[in-house]
Amino acid sequence: MTRLLAFRFLQAVMVALLVGALTFLLMSLLPGDAAYRIAAGRYGYDMVSTAAAEAVRAELGLDQPVIWRFLAWIGDLATLDLGHSLVSGKPVMEAVAHELGSSIRLAIGAVALSFVMGPPLGVMAGLRPGSVFDRCLLLLTTVTRAVPHFVLGVVLVIVFAVSLGLVPSAGHGTLAHTVLPTLTLALGLAAVSSRVARDATIDVAASAYYGFGRLKGLSSFSLFTRHGLRNIGVPVVTYLGVQLVYLIEGVVVVETLFAWPGIGHGLVHAIVQRDVPMVQGTALAMGLMFVVLNTLVDLANHWIDPRGRKV
Amino acid sequence: MNLETVAVNTAPPAQVTSRLWGIGLFLLLVLFAIAVPLLWQVDIAKQDYTAILSGPAEAHPLGTDHLGRDMLARLAAAVRLSLGLALVSVMTAAVPGVLLGVVAAWKGGAVDKLLGLLSEMFLALPGLLLVLLIVAIFPGSFLALYGAVSLVLWIEYFRMTRALSRTVLASPAVSASRLLGFGPLYIIRRHLWPELSPVLMTIAAFGAASAIMAIAALGFISVGVRPPTAELGLMITELLPYYAEAPIVIALPILVILLIILSLMLIAGGRKR
Repeated sequence: MTRLLAFRFLQAVMVALLVGALTFLLMSLLPGDAAYRIAAGRYGYDMVSTAAAEAVRAELGLDQPVIWRFLAWIGDLATLDLGHSLVSGKPVMEAVAHELGSSIRLAIGAVALSFVMGPPLGVMAGLRPGSVFDRCLLLLTTVTRAVPHFVLGVVLVIVFAVSLGLVPSAGHGTLAHTVLPTLTLALGLAAVSSRVARDATIDVAASAYYGFGRLKGLSSFSLFTRHGLRNIGVPVVTYLGVQLVYLIEGVVVVETLFAWPGIGHGLVHAIVQRDVPMVQGTALAMGLMFVVLNTLVDLANHWIDPRGRKV
Repeated sequence: MNLETVAVNTAPPAQVTSRLWGIGLFLLLVLFAIAVPLLWQVDIAKQDYTAILSGPAEAHPLGTDHLGRDMLARLAAAVRLSLGLALVSVMTAAVPGVLLGVVAAWKGGAVDKLLGLLSEMFLALPGLLLVLLIVAIFPGSFLALYGAVSLVLWIEYFRMTRALSRTVLASPAVSASRLLGFGPLYIIRRHLWPELSPVLMTIAAFGAASAIMAIAALGFISVGVRPPTAELGLMITELLPYYAEAPIVIALPILVILLIILSLMLIAGGRKR
Protein backbone atom coordinates (compact mmCIF):
# COMPACT_ATOMS: atom_id res chain seq x y z
CA MET A 1 0.00 0.00 0.00
CA THR A 2 2.68 2.50 1.03
CA ARG A 3 4.80 1.32 -1.87
CA LEU A 4 1.93 1.97 -4.20
CA LEU A 5 1.35 5.48 -2.92
CA ALA A 6 5.08 6.17 -3.05
CA PHE A 7 5.14 5.06 -6.68
CA ARG A 8 2.25 7.36 -7.55
CA PHE A 9 3.95 10.22 -5.73
CA LEU A 10 7.10 9.62 -7.76
CA GLN A 11 4.96 9.68 -10.88
CA ALA A 12 3.50 13.02 -9.86
CA VAL A 13 7.01 14.42 -9.43
CA MET A 14 7.92 13.11 -12.88
CA VAL A 15 4.87 14.76 -14.40
CA ALA A 16 5.91 18.07 -12.85
CA LEU A 17 9.48 17.71 -14.11
CA LEU A 18 8.44 16.72 -17.62
CA VAL A 19 5.87 19.50 -17.91
CA GLY A 20 8.35 21.96 -16.41
CA ALA A 21 11.08 20.98 -18.85
CA LEU A 22 8.79 21.12 -21.88
CA THR A 23 7.32 24.50 -20.99
CA PHE A 24 10.78 25.87 -20.23
CA LEU A 25 11.78 24.78 -23.73
CA LEU A 26 8.64 26.43 -25.08
CA MET A 27 9.51 29.64 -23.23
CA SER A 28 13.10 29.65 -24.48
CA LEU A 29 12.12 29.02 -28.07
CA LEU A 30 9.59 31.84 -28.28
CA PRO A 31 10.81 34.46 -30.72
CA GLY A 32 11.98 37.84 -29.46
CA ASP A 33 13.54 38.96 -26.21
CA ALA A 34 11.79 37.44 -23.21
CA ALA A 35 12.56 40.46 -21.01
CA TYR A 36 10.73 42.82 -23.37
CA ARG A 37 7.84 40.42 -23.68
CA ILE A 38 7.39 40.05 -19.94
CA ALA A 39 7.75 43.79 -19.45
CA ALA A 40 5.04 44.30 -22.05
CA GLY A 41 2.86 41.81 -20.26
CA ARG A 42 3.35 43.64 -16.97
CA TYR A 43 3.21 47.28 -17.90
CA GLY A 44 1.36 47.25 -21.21
CA TYR A 45 2.86 47.59 -24.68
CA ASP A 46 2.99 51.41 -24.60
CA MET A 47 4.98 51.55 -21.39
CA VAL A 48 7.85 49.25 -22.39
CA SER A 49 11.23 50.90 -22.36
CA THR A 50 14.76 49.54 -22.37
CA ALA A 51 15.04 50.43 -18.69
CA ALA A 52 11.90 48.48 -17.83
CA ALA A 53 13.09 45.48 -19.84
CA GLU A 54 16.49 45.57 -18.17
CA ALA A 55 14.84 45.77 -14.75
CA VAL A 56 12.78 42.69 -15.59
CA ARG A 57 15.88 40.96 -16.91
CA ALA A 58 17.79 41.61 -13.69
CA GLU A 59 14.85 40.75 -11.46
CA LEU A 60 14.02 37.44 -13.15
CA GLY A 61 17.65 36.54 -13.79
CA LEU A 62 17.13 36.30 -17.53
CA ASP A 63 20.80 37.17 -18.03
CA GLN A 64 21.85 34.05 -16.13
CA PRO A 65 23.06 30.92 -17.95
CA VAL A 66 20.36 28.51 -19.20
CA ILE A 67 20.97 25.91 -16.53
CA TRP A 68 20.38 28.40 -13.69
CA ARG A 69 17.27 29.72 -15.32
CA PHE A 70 16.03 26.15 -15.70
CA LEU A 71 16.68 25.39 -12.04
CA ALA A 72 14.92 28.59 -11.03
CA TRP A 73 12.01 27.63 -13.28
CA ILE A 74 11.74 24.20 -11.65
CA GLY A 75 12.16 25.84 -8.24
CA ASP A 76 9.15 28.08 -8.92
CA LEU A 77 7.24 25.01 -9.99
CA ALA A 78 8.21 23.15 -6.81
CA THR A 79 6.88 25.98 -4.66
CA LEU A 80 3.73 26.01 -6.83
CA ASP A 81 4.50 29.55 -7.95
CA LEU A 82 3.01 29.33 -11.41
CA GLY A 83 3.15 33.02 -12.21
CA HIS A 84 0.65 35.12 -14.09
CA SER A 85 -1.06 34.58 -17.40
CA LEU A 86 0.62 36.54 -20.19
CA VAL A 87 -2.74 37.29 -21.73
CA SER A 88 -5.18 38.07 -18.93
CA GLY A 89 -2.61 38.96 -16.28
CA LYS A 90 -4.47 36.93 -13.67
CA PRO A 91 -2.61 34.47 -11.45
CA VAL A 92 -2.38 31.08 -13.16
CA MET A 93 -3.28 29.22 -9.97
CA GLU A 94 -6.63 30.98 -9.77
CA ALA A 95 -7.57 30.26 -13.38
CA VAL A 96 -6.43 26.66 -13.17
CA ALA A 97 -8.28 26.01 -9.91
CA HIS A 98 -11.44 27.35 -11.50
CA GLU A 99 -11.03 25.28 -14.66
CA LEU A 100 -10.04 22.16 -12.79
CA GLY A 101 -13.38 22.16 -10.95
CA SER A 102 -15.46 21.98 -14.11
CA SER A 103 -13.14 19.40 -15.68
CA ILE A 104 -13.39 17.14 -12.67
CA ARG A 105 -17.17 17.44 -12.70
CA LEU A 106 -17.17 16.42 -16.36
CA ALA A 107 -14.77 13.51 -15.81
CA ILE A 108 -16.63 12.15 -12.79
CA GLY A 109 -19.97 12.51 -14.54
CA ALA A 110 -18.62 10.61 -17.53
CA VAL A 111 -17.19 7.78 -15.43
CA ALA A 112 -20.43 7.49 -13.44
CA LEU A 113 -22.56 7.44 -16.59
CA SER A 114 -20.29 4.87 -18.21
CA PHE A 115 -20.70 2.64 -15.16
CA VAL A 116 -24.46 2.90 -15.47
CA MET A 117 -24.36 1.96 -19.15
CA GLY A 118 -21.39 -0.34 -19.71
CA PRO A 119 -21.07 -3.03 -17.03
CA PRO A 120 -24.80 -3.89 -16.73
CA LEU A 121 -25.00 -4.47 -20.49
CA GLY A 122 -21.76 -6.43 -20.36
CA VAL A 123 -23.02 -8.64 -17.54
CA MET A 124 -26.26 -9.27 -19.40
CA ALA A 125 -24.29 -10.33 -22.48
CA GLY A 126 -21.84 -12.37 -20.42
CA LEU A 127 -24.60 -14.40 -18.74
CA ARG A 128 -25.75 -15.57 -22.20
CA PRO A 129 -22.62 -15.64 -24.34
CA GLY A 130 -23.25 -16.16 -28.04
CA SER A 131 -26.84 -14.91 -27.89
CA VAL A 132 -28.21 -12.33 -30.32
CA PHE A 133 -27.87 -9.66 -27.63
CA ASP A 134 -24.21 -10.58 -27.08
CA ARG A 135 -23.46 -10.33 -30.79
CA CYS A 136 -25.27 -7.01 -31.15
CA LEU A 137 -23.31 -5.63 -28.21
CA LEU A 138 -20.03 -6.82 -29.75
CA LEU A 139 -20.83 -5.01 -32.99
CA LEU A 140 -21.93 -1.88 -31.15
CA THR A 141 -18.85 -1.72 -28.91
CA THR A 142 -16.45 -2.41 -31.79
CA VAL A 143 -17.89 0.45 -33.82
CA THR A 144 -17.99 2.80 -30.83
CA ARG A 145 -14.36 2.09 -30.05
CA ALA A 146 -13.36 2.84 -33.63
CA VAL A 147 -14.82 6.33 -33.36
CA PRO A 148 -12.49 9.04 -32.03
CA HIS A 149 -13.99 11.32 -29.34
CA PHE A 150 -14.36 14.32 -31.53
CA VAL A 151 -16.17 12.38 -34.25
CA LEU A 152 -18.51 10.90 -31.66
CA GLY A 153 -19.07 14.39 -30.27
CA VAL A 154 -19.76 15.83 -33.71
CA VAL A 155 -22.20 13.04 -34.51
CA LEU A 156 -24.02 13.53 -31.19
CA VAL A 157 -24.21 17.28 -31.80
CA ILE A 158 -25.60 16.75 -35.29
CA VAL A 159 -28.19 14.24 -34.09
CA PHE A 160 -29.32 15.63 -30.74
CA ALA A 161 -28.62 19.34 -30.97
CA VAL A 162 -28.95 20.25 -34.64
CA SER A 163 -31.49 17.76 -35.97
CA LEU A 164 -33.64 17.04 -32.93
CA GLY A 165 -32.94 20.24 -31.04
CA LEU A 166 -33.25 18.49 -27.68
CA VAL A 167 -30.16 19.88 -25.95
CA PRO A 168 -27.81 22.81 -26.53
CA SER A 169 -24.74 21.97 -28.60
CA ALA A 170 -22.18 23.96 -26.64
CA GLY A 171 -21.75 26.07 -23.55
CA HIS A 172 -21.83 25.67 -19.84
CA GLY A 173 -24.14 26.40 -16.97
CA THR A 174 -27.31 24.36 -16.96
CA LEU A 175 -27.74 20.62 -16.65
CA ALA A 176 -28.76 20.44 -20.31
CA HIS A 177 -25.32 21.70 -21.29
CA THR A 178 -23.64 18.82 -19.53
CA VAL A 179 -25.58 16.11 -21.37
CA LEU A 180 -23.68 15.91 -24.64
CA PRO A 181 -20.09 16.29 -23.37
CA THR A 182 -20.70 13.73 -20.63
CA LEU A 183 -22.39 11.34 -23.02
CA THR A 184 -19.55 11.66 -25.55
CA LEU A 185 -16.96 10.66 -22.98
CA ALA A 186 -19.15 8.05 -21.32
CA LEU A 187 -19.99 6.17 -24.53
CA GLY A 188 -16.33 5.56 -25.30
CA LEU A 189 -15.66 4.42 -21.75
CA ALA A 190 -18.77 2.24 -21.63
CA ALA A 191 -17.81 0.47 -24.86
CA VAL A 192 -14.69 -0.85 -23.18
CA SER A 193 -16.09 -1.48 -19.71
CA SER A 194 -18.99 -3.49 -21.15
CA ARG A 195 -16.50 -5.78 -22.95
CA VAL A 196 -14.46 -6.20 -19.79
CA ALA A 197 -17.58 -6.93 -17.76
CA ARG A 198 -18.77 -9.43 -20.35
CA ASP A 199 -15.50 -11.39 -20.35
CA ALA A 200 -15.29 -11.28 -16.55
CA THR A 201 -18.88 -12.51 -16.24
CA ILE A 202 -18.15 -15.47 -18.49
CA ASP A 203 -15.08 -16.35 -16.41
CA VAL A 204 -16.94 -16.02 -13.14
CA ALA A 205 -19.99 -17.99 -14.32
CA ALA A 206 -17.70 -20.81 -15.46
CA SER A 207 -15.74 -20.89 -12.19
CA ALA A 208 -15.90 -23.69 -9.62
CA TYR A 209 -17.09 -21.45 -6.79
CA TYR A 210 -19.97 -20.19 -8.88
CA GLY A 211 -20.96 -23.73 -9.76
CA PHE A 212 -20.74 -24.72 -6.10
CA GLY A 213 -22.92 -21.79 -5.10
CA ARG A 214 -25.54 -22.96 -7.55
CA LEU A 215 -25.19 -26.54 -6.29
CA LYS A 216 -25.83 -25.57 -2.70
CA GLY A 217 -29.14 -24.08 -3.77
CA LEU A 218 -28.61 -20.33 -3.90
CA SER A 219 -31.10 -18.45 -6.03
CA SER A 220 -29.54 -16.98 -9.13
CA PHE A 221 -30.04 -13.49 -7.70
CA SER A 222 -28.25 -14.08 -4.42
CA LEU A 223 -25.62 -16.14 -6.22
CA PHE A 224 -24.90 -13.20 -8.48
CA THR A 225 -24.89 -10.56 -5.74
CA ARG A 226 -22.87 -12.66 -3.27
CA HIS A 227 -20.35 -14.32 -5.57
CA GLY A 228 -20.55 -12.60 -8.91
CA LEU A 229 -20.64 -8.85 -8.46
CA ARG A 230 -17.40 -8.27 -6.60
CA ASN A 231 -15.39 -10.64 -8.77
CA ILE A 232 -16.67 -8.97 -11.91
CA GLY A 233 -15.96 -5.59 -10.37
CA VAL A 234 -12.23 -6.17 -10.00
CA PRO A 235 -11.29 -6.28 -13.70
CA VAL A 236 -13.80 -3.56 -14.55
CA VAL A 237 -12.22 -1.18 -12.05
CA THR A 238 -8.69 -2.23 -13.02
CA TYR A 239 -9.50 -1.50 -16.63
CA LEU A 240 -10.78 1.89 -15.64
CA GLY A 241 -7.17 2.65 -14.75
CA VAL A 242 -6.11 1.79 -18.30
CA GLN A 243 -8.94 3.89 -19.68
CA LEU A 244 -7.92 6.98 -17.75
CA VAL A 245 -5.58 7.91 -20.59
CA TYR A 246 -8.60 7.78 -22.87
CA LEU A 247 -10.57 9.90 -20.41
CA ILE A 248 -7.93 12.61 -20.06
CA GLU A 249 -7.32 12.80 -23.80
CA GLY A 250 -11.06 12.90 -24.29
CA VAL A 251 -11.39 15.77 -21.84
CA VAL A 252 -9.05 17.89 -24.00
CA VAL A 253 -10.96 17.24 -27.20
CA VAL A 254 -14.49 17.20 -25.81
CA GLU A 255 -14.05 20.42 -23.84
CA THR A 256 -12.74 22.15 -26.93
CA LEU A 257 -15.62 20.85 -29.03
CA PHE A 258 -18.34 21.80 -26.54
CA ALA A 259 -16.70 25.03 -25.30
CA TRP A 260 -16.65 23.58 -21.79
CA PRO A 261 -14.60 25.93 -19.60
CA GLY A 262 -12.35 23.23 -18.23
CA ILE A 263 -8.68 22.48 -18.10
CA GLY A 264 -8.45 20.93 -21.58
CA HIS A 265 -10.16 23.90 -23.15
CA GLY A 266 -7.81 26.16 -21.17
CA LEU A 267 -4.75 24.21 -22.35
CA VAL A 268 -5.70 24.38 -26.02
CA HIS A 269 -6.43 28.10 -25.77
CA ALA A 270 -3.17 28.75 -23.96
CA ILE A 271 -1.28 26.88 -26.68
CA VAL A 272 -3.01 28.81 -29.44
CA GLN A 273 -2.30 32.10 -27.65
CA ARG A 274 1.24 31.00 -26.74
CA ASP A 275 0.56 31.88 -23.09
CA VAL A 276 3.41 29.87 -21.55
CA PRO A 277 2.53 30.17 -17.84
CA MET A 278 -1.02 29.05 -18.60
CA VAL A 279 0.26 26.15 -20.73
CA GLN A 280 2.42 25.07 -17.83
CA GLY A 281 -0.35 25.43 -15.27
CA THR A 282 -3.00 23.62 -17.25
CA ALA A 283 -0.70 20.83 -18.46
CA LEU A 284 0.53 20.34 -14.91
CA ALA A 285 -3.02 20.20 -13.59
CA MET A 286 -4.01 17.65 -16.24
CA GLY A 287 -0.98 15.49 -15.59
CA LEU A 288 -1.59 15.59 -11.84
CA MET A 289 -5.28 14.88 -12.32
CA PHE A 290 -4.24 11.78 -14.28
CA VAL A 291 -1.98 10.62 -11.44
CA VAL A 292 -4.62 11.33 -8.77
CA LEU A 293 -7.31 9.46 -10.70
CA ASN A 294 -4.92 6.54 -11.11
CA THR A 295 -4.34 6.54 -7.37
CA LEU A 296 -8.09 6.54 -6.76
CA VAL A 297 -8.46 3.52 -9.05
CA ASP A 298 -5.70 1.77 -7.12
CA LEU A 299 -7.46 2.52 -3.84
CA ALA A 300 -10.82 1.33 -5.20
CA ASN A 301 -9.23 -1.91 -6.31
CA HIS A 302 -7.65 -2.29 -2.93
CA TRP A 303 -11.05 -1.94 -1.33
CA ILE A 304 -12.92 -4.29 -3.68
CA ASP A 305 -10.30 -7.03 -3.75
CA PRO A 306 -8.69 -7.56 -0.33
CA ARG A 307 -6.48 -10.39 -1.61
CA GLY A 308 -3.73 -8.01 -2.72
CA ARG A 309 -3.48 -6.28 0.65
CA LYS A 310 -0.98 -8.57 2.30
CA VAL A 311 1.40 -8.47 -0.65
CA MET B 1 -3.09 -36.82 -34.98
CA ASN B 2 -6.15 -37.94 -36.91
CA LEU B 3 -7.85 -36.11 -39.71
CA GLU B 4 -10.52 -34.55 -37.52
CA THR B 5 -8.12 -32.70 -35.23
CA VAL B 6 -6.16 -31.49 -38.26
CA ALA B 7 -9.35 -30.07 -39.72
CA VAL B 8 -10.19 -28.38 -36.44
CA ASN B 9 -6.71 -26.93 -36.14
CA THR B 10 -6.60 -25.54 -39.65
CA ALA B 11 -10.08 -24.00 -39.62
CA PRO B 12 -9.64 -20.24 -39.15
CA PRO B 13 -10.86 -19.09 -35.73
CA ALA B 14 -13.05 -16.03 -35.53
CA GLN B 15 -10.11 -13.78 -34.70
CA VAL B 16 -8.21 -14.70 -37.87
CA THR B 17 -11.21 -13.99 -40.08
CA SER B 18 -11.72 -10.60 -38.48
CA ARG B 19 -8.04 -9.89 -38.95
CA LEU B 20 -8.34 -10.77 -42.64
CA TRP B 21 -11.29 -8.38 -42.92
CA GLY B 22 -9.18 -5.71 -41.31
CA ILE B 23 -6.26 -6.28 -43.67
CA GLY B 24 -8.59 -6.23 -46.67
CA LEU B 25 -10.18 -2.96 -45.58
CA PHE B 26 -6.76 -1.46 -44.85
CA LEU B 27 -5.43 -2.42 -48.29
CA LEU B 28 -8.49 -0.85 -49.91
CA LEU B 29 -7.79 2.39 -48.07
CA VAL B 30 -4.13 2.31 -49.12
CA LEU B 31 -5.23 1.66 -52.70
CA PHE B 32 -7.63 4.62 -52.46
CA ALA B 33 -4.86 6.87 -51.18
CA ILE B 34 -2.41 5.84 -53.90
CA ALA B 35 -4.70 5.38 -56.90
CA VAL B 36 -6.76 8.56 -56.62
CA PRO B 37 -3.92 11.03 -57.27
CA LEU B 38 -2.80 8.90 -60.22
CA LEU B 39 -6.23 8.62 -61.82
CA TRP B 40 -7.80 11.86 -60.63
CA GLN B 41 -5.23 14.59 -61.04
CA VAL B 42 -6.96 17.49 -59.34
CA ASP B 43 -5.06 19.90 -57.12
CA ILE B 44 -6.35 19.72 -53.53
CA ALA B 45 -6.22 23.52 -53.24
CA LYS B 46 -7.88 24.31 -56.57
CA GLN B 47 -11.16 26.13 -56.07
CA ASP B 48 -14.16 25.70 -58.31
CA TYR B 49 -16.40 28.72 -57.70
CA THR B 50 -19.23 27.26 -59.72
CA ALA B 51 -19.52 24.35 -57.33
CA ILE B 52 -19.45 25.26 -53.65
CA LEU B 53 -20.64 22.52 -51.27
CA SER B 54 -22.04 20.63 -54.22
CA GLY B 55 -23.14 17.05 -53.92
CA PRO B 56 -21.62 14.29 -56.03
CA ALA B 57 -21.49 15.37 -59.67
CA GLU B 58 -19.57 14.45 -62.79
CA ALA B 59 -16.91 17.11 -62.27
CA HIS B 60 -16.59 16.23 -58.57
CA PRO B 61 -17.46 12.58 -57.85
CA LEU B 62 -17.59 13.16 -54.08
CA GLY B 63 -18.72 16.77 -54.17
CA THR B 64 -16.85 19.89 -53.06
CA ASP B 65 -16.19 21.63 -49.75
CA HIS B 66 -17.09 25.16 -48.61
CA LEU B 67 -14.30 26.65 -50.75
CA GLY B 68 -15.19 24.63 -53.82
CA ARG B 69 -12.28 22.24 -53.46
CA ASP B 70 -12.64 18.71 -54.77
CA MET B 71 -13.47 16.30 -51.94
CA LEU B 72 -12.19 13.19 -53.72
CA ALA B 73 -8.72 14.64 -54.13
CA ARG B 74 -8.72 16.06 -50.60
CA LEU B 75 -9.88 12.84 -48.98
CA ALA B 76 -7.21 10.85 -50.79
CA ALA B 77 -4.56 13.34 -49.70
CA ALA B 78 -5.83 13.22 -46.12
CA VAL B 79 -5.76 9.42 -46.03
CA ARG B 80 -2.26 9.49 -47.51
CA LEU B 81 -1.13 11.92 -44.82
CA SER B 82 -2.72 10.01 -41.92
CA LEU B 83 -1.61 6.56 -43.02
CA GLY B 84 1.84 7.76 -44.07
CA LEU B 85 2.54 9.59 -40.84
CA ALA B 86 1.13 6.75 -38.76
CA LEU B 87 3.15 4.06 -40.56
CA VAL B 88 6.39 6.02 -40.36
CA SER B 89 5.86 6.79 -36.65
CA VAL B 90 5.01 3.17 -35.90
CA MET B 91 8.17 1.96 -37.64
CA THR B 92 10.32 4.60 -35.99
CA ALA B 93 8.93 3.77 -32.58
CA ALA B 94 9.29 0.01 -33.06
CA VAL B 95 13.07 0.00 -33.55
CA PRO B 96 14.20 1.68 -30.31
CA GLY B 97 11.26 0.20 -28.41
CA VAL B 98 12.06 -3.40 -29.29
CA LEU B 99 15.83 -2.98 -29.03
CA LEU B 100 15.67 -1.31 -25.63
CA GLY B 101 13.15 -3.89 -24.46
CA VAL B 102 15.45 -6.77 -25.38
CA VAL B 103 18.46 -4.97 -23.86
CA ALA B 104 16.57 -4.34 -20.61
CA ALA B 105 15.46 -7.97 -20.34
CA TRP B 106 18.90 -9.28 -21.33
CA LYS B 107 21.04 -7.13 -19.07
CA GLY B 108 18.67 -6.87 -16.12
CA GLY B 109 19.89 -5.04 -13.03
CA ALA B 110 20.59 -1.32 -13.23
CA VAL B 111 20.05 -1.06 -17.01
CA ASP B 112 16.62 -2.65 -16.68
CA LYS B 113 15.69 -0.39 -13.75
CA LEU B 114 16.86 2.74 -15.53
CA LEU B 115 15.05 1.98 -18.78
CA GLY B 116 11.96 0.99 -16.84
CA LEU B 117 12.06 4.30 -15.01
CA LEU B 118 12.39 6.16 -18.30
CA SER B 119 9.31 4.47 -19.70
CA GLU B 120 7.38 5.13 -16.47
CA MET B 121 8.27 8.78 -16.82
CA PHE B 122 6.68 8.99 -20.26
CA LEU B 123 3.69 6.94 -19.12
CA ALA B 124 2.99 9.39 -16.31
CA LEU B 125 1.72 11.87 -18.87
CA PRO B 126 -1.17 10.90 -21.16
CA GLY B 127 0.11 10.51 -24.72
CA LEU B 128 -2.01 13.20 -26.32
CA LEU B 129 -0.88 15.72 -23.69
CA LEU B 130 2.77 15.05 -24.51
CA VAL B 131 2.10 15.37 -28.23
CA LEU B 132 0.15 18.56 -27.62
CA LEU B 133 2.99 20.14 -25.63
CA ILE B 134 5.65 19.19 -28.18
CA VAL B 135 3.54 20.45 -31.05
CA ALA B 136 3.05 23.66 -29.07
CA ILE B 137 6.82 24.12 -28.89
CA PHE B 138 7.22 23.75 -32.66
CA PRO B 139 3.94 25.05 -34.09
CA GLY B 140 3.01 23.87 -37.56
CA SER B 141 6.05 21.60 -37.78
CA PHE B 142 5.44 18.27 -39.41
CA LEU B 143 8.62 16.82 -38.00
CA ALA B 144 7.62 17.69 -34.43
CA LEU B 145 4.28 15.96 -34.86
CA TYR B 146 5.99 12.86 -36.18
CA GLY B 147 8.64 12.92 -33.45
CA ALA B 148 6.08 13.44 -30.70
CA VAL B 149 3.88 10.59 -31.88
CA SER B 150 6.88 8.25 -32.10
CA LEU B 151 7.98 9.34 -28.64
CA VAL B 152 4.63 8.21 -27.26
CA LEU B 153 4.46 4.97 -29.25
CA TRP B 154 7.85 3.46 -28.37
CA ILE B 155 6.82 2.85 -24.76
CA GLU B 156 4.27 0.17 -25.60
CA TYR B 157 6.84 -1.72 -27.71
CA PHE B 158 9.40 -1.42 -24.95
CA ARG B 159 7.15 -2.67 -22.17
CA MET B 160 5.76 -5.55 -24.16
CA THR B 161 9.16 -6.64 -25.48
CA ARG B 162 10.72 -6.41 -22.05
CA ALA B 163 7.99 -8.47 -20.37
CA LEU B 164 7.97 -11.14 -23.10
CA SER B 165 11.75 -11.33 -23.44
CA ARG B 166 12.11 -11.76 -19.71
CA THR B 167 10.02 -14.95 -19.67
CA VAL B 168 11.58 -16.30 -22.86
CA LEU B 169 15.14 -15.63 -21.73
CA ALA B 170 14.49 -17.36 -18.41
CA SER B 171 13.09 -20.46 -20.14
CA PRO B 172 14.95 -23.81 -20.12
CA ALA B 173 15.07 -23.73 -23.94
CA VAL B 174 17.23 -20.62 -23.91
CA SER B 175 19.48 -22.02 -21.17
CA ALA B 176 19.95 -25.13 -23.29
CA SER B 177 20.89 -23.05 -26.33
CA ARG B 178 23.33 -21.07 -24.24
CA LEU B 179 24.90 -24.24 -22.86
CA LEU B 180 25.33 -25.50 -26.40
CA GLY B 181 27.36 -22.37 -27.07
CA PHE B 182 24.98 -20.42 -29.32
CA GLY B 183 25.49 -16.66 -29.35
CA PRO B 184 23.04 -13.84 -28.65
CA LEU B 185 22.09 -13.42 -32.32
CA TYR B 186 21.00 -17.03 -32.57
CA ILE B 187 18.98 -16.78 -29.37
CA ILE B 188 17.28 -13.63 -30.57
CA ARG B 189 16.48 -15.08 -33.98
CA ARG B 190 15.44 -18.55 -32.87
CA HIS B 191 13.89 -17.96 -29.45
CA LEU B 192 12.87 -14.35 -29.06
CA TRP B 193 11.70 -13.31 -32.50
CA PRO B 194 9.09 -16.06 -33.01
CA GLU B 195 7.51 -15.09 -29.68
CA LEU B 196 7.72 -11.35 -30.27
CA SER B 197 6.67 -10.93 -33.89
CA PRO B 198 2.92 -11.70 -33.54
CA VAL B 199 2.64 -9.38 -30.54
CA LEU B 200 4.51 -6.62 -32.33
CA MET B 201 1.97 -6.75 -35.15
CA THR B 202 -0.83 -6.12 -32.65
CA ILE B 203 1.06 -3.28 -30.98
CA ALA B 204 1.83 -1.74 -34.37
CA ALA B 205 -1.82 -1.81 -35.41
CA PHE B 206 -2.96 -0.27 -32.12
CA GLY B 207 -0.16 2.26 -32.29
CA ALA B 208 -1.13 3.26 -35.82
CA ALA B 209 -4.75 3.64 -34.73
CA SER B 210 -3.85 5.87 -31.81
CA ALA B 211 -1.42 7.86 -33.98
CA ILE B 212 -4.14 8.52 -36.54
CA MET B 213 -6.60 9.48 -33.80
CA ALA B 214 -4.03 11.83 -32.23
CA ILE B 215 -3.21 13.52 -35.53
CA ALA B 216 -6.89 13.95 -36.32
CA ALA B 217 -7.69 15.18 -32.80
CA LEU B 218 -4.94 17.79 -33.03
CA GLY B 219 -6.20 18.87 -36.44
CA PHE B 220 -9.70 19.07 -35.04
CA ILE B 221 -8.71 21.40 -32.19
CA SER B 222 -6.67 23.48 -34.68
CA VAL B 223 -3.31 22.79 -33.08
CA GLY B 224 -1.84 20.20 -35.44
CA VAL B 225 -1.33 20.58 -39.18
CA ARG B 226 -2.45 23.89 -40.65
CA PRO B 227 -4.88 24.68 -43.44
CA PRO B 228 -4.88 24.32 -46.43
CA THR B 229 -3.42 20.87 -45.77
CA ALA B 230 -6.02 18.19 -46.24
CA GLU B 231 -6.27 16.37 -42.91
CA LEU B 232 -9.26 14.42 -41.67
CA GLY B 233 -9.72 16.14 -38.31
CA LEU B 234 -9.18 19.56 -39.81
CA MET B 235 -11.65 18.81 -42.60
CA ILE B 236 -14.32 17.89 -40.04
CA THR B 237 -13.78 21.18 -38.16
CA GLU B 238 -13.84 23.18 -41.37
CA LEU B 239 -17.00 21.53 -42.66
CA LEU B 240 -18.93 21.45 -39.38
CA PRO B 241 -20.53 24.90 -39.87
CA TYR B 242 -21.89 23.78 -43.25
CA TYR B 243 -23.64 20.69 -41.98
CA ALA B 244 -27.10 22.04 -42.79
CA GLU B 245 -26.16 22.84 -46.41
CA ALA B 246 -24.14 19.73 -47.19
CA PRO B 247 -24.52 16.86 -44.73
CA ILE B 248 -22.92 14.39 -47.15
CA VAL B 249 -19.72 16.39 -47.46
CA ILE B 250 -19.00 16.31 -43.72
CA ALA B 251 -20.08 12.68 -43.51
CA LEU B 252 -17.22 11.70 -45.85
CA PRO B 253 -14.20 12.48 -43.63
CA ILE B 254 -16.09 11.03 -40.65
CA LEU B 255 -16.71 7.80 -42.56
CA VAL B 256 -13.12 7.61 -43.76
CA ILE B 257 -11.62 8.05 -40.29
CA LEU B 258 -14.02 5.43 -38.95
CA LEU B 259 -12.98 2.94 -41.62
CA ILE B 260 -9.27 3.52 -41.00
CA ILE B 261 -9.54 3.00 -37.25
CA LEU B 262 -11.90 0.05 -37.66
CA SER B 263 -9.52 -1.70 -40.06
CA LEU B 264 -6.58 -1.21 -37.69
CA MET B 265 -8.61 -2.42 -34.71
CA LEU B 266 -9.61 -5.54 -36.62
CA ILE B 267 -5.98 -6.18 -37.59
CA ALA B 268 -4.93 -5.76 -33.97
CA GLY B 269 -7.54 -8.35 -33.00
CA GLY B 270 -9.19 -8.99 -29.67
CA ARG B 271 -6.04 -9.31 -27.60
CA LYS B 272 -6.31 -5.90 -26.04
CA ARG B 273 -9.62 -4.32 -25.28
